[in-house]
Amino acid sequence: MSIFRRLFGQKESSSAQAKNRLKLVLVHDRVDLSPGKMELLKDELIKVISKYVEIDSDGIDISLSRNNEQSQLVANIPLLEVRHK
Amino acid sequence: MSATVITITSGKGGVGKTTTTANLSAALAAQGKKVVAIDADIGLRNLDVVMGLENRIVYDLVDVVEGTCRLRQAMIKDKRLQDLYLIPAAQSRDKTSVTPGDMIELTNQMRDEFDYILIDSPAGIEQGFKNAVAPADRVLVVTTPEVSAVRDADRIIGLIEAEEKGPGDLVVNRLRMDMVRRGDMLDTSDVIDILAINLIGVVPDDENIIVSTNQGRPVVMSNGSTAGQAFRNIASRLNGQNVPFIELKEESSFIKKISNFFRA
Repeated sequence: MSIFRRLFGQKESSSAQAKNRLKLVLVHDRVDLSPGKMELLKDELIKVISKYVEIDSDGIDISLSRNNEQSQLVANIPLLEVRHK
Repeated sequence: MSATVITITSGKGGVGKTTTTANLSAALAAQGKKVVAIDADIGLRNLDVVMGLENRIVYDLVDVVEGTCRLRQAMIKDKRLQDLYLIPAAQSRDKTSVTPGDMIELTNQMRDEFDYILIDSPAGIEQGFKNAVAPADRVLVVTTPEVSAVRDADRIIGLIEAEEKGPGDLVVNRLRMDMVRRGDMLDTSDVIDILAINLIGVVPDDENIIVSTNQGRPVVMSNGSTAGQAFRNIASRLNGQNVPFIELKEESSFIKKISNFFRA
């Protein structure tokens, strides 16, 4: 990281951006699931799960990740508890 | 002799496949091996000009496959080295003029006579790539430290595995240490981290490559360039030698340091 970037607390270096963007795009490429399709998947998932339990749709986080040679779809779906209504 | 067939590929165009093929062929020949380089980029031939043999083409790869000439007639001998030959691509035909089966048959005819058969693959993932990879015993994937080239390399590695040609070995080409140090270029370790395959060589960005291509004389044929040394090292590694990676340094002129300071 250059001196200026360090002094003025600028954003991450362009090589770090490149690496992060590449990691993300390759996770999608490798399983052939584009970010656009992920959105569709998320919407359908919300519909299906909502049939059974009430969910906090603002707090939903669905992402693809990769570790140990295995790609995985990680969904964090917060549920609304009846008692809090 | 039983030749090892090595295909040089990349997915993305313009990352240095042809330069790599020309230099590794010449370096292996300079190390006493008998080598033939095949240009599989039918319709866009260039290995001939990079090697400086363009004026001696009579017959080409498609002529051999179609039986217009004998195999030997299409092999151009490079007079600068003991045992280096080129089979040029056809220029006025397309990739469908040759099949993967043709390439396997062609290389099998040469396996007894040569130590190495190097195949320069065209860019892309279509038939030209499939032709080039079909006869391969090992595959070298060339990339540059840029997002587009690395992404395409990842795709190509997947296709090579699908063809059961192993994950291949990676050549990182055109690395600029000054930019890496500034944080403006992916480092070799980043690329390896992302692609997770074996690294066989790192070639620095070097003006000598342009000059040598202008002259039609692969850099490994002259001493003094870092890129040439990097290619010679890859050739040695292909030969099974354990050669340490050269430590690449940025050109350290005072003015460059000053300008880098302000550029960032």
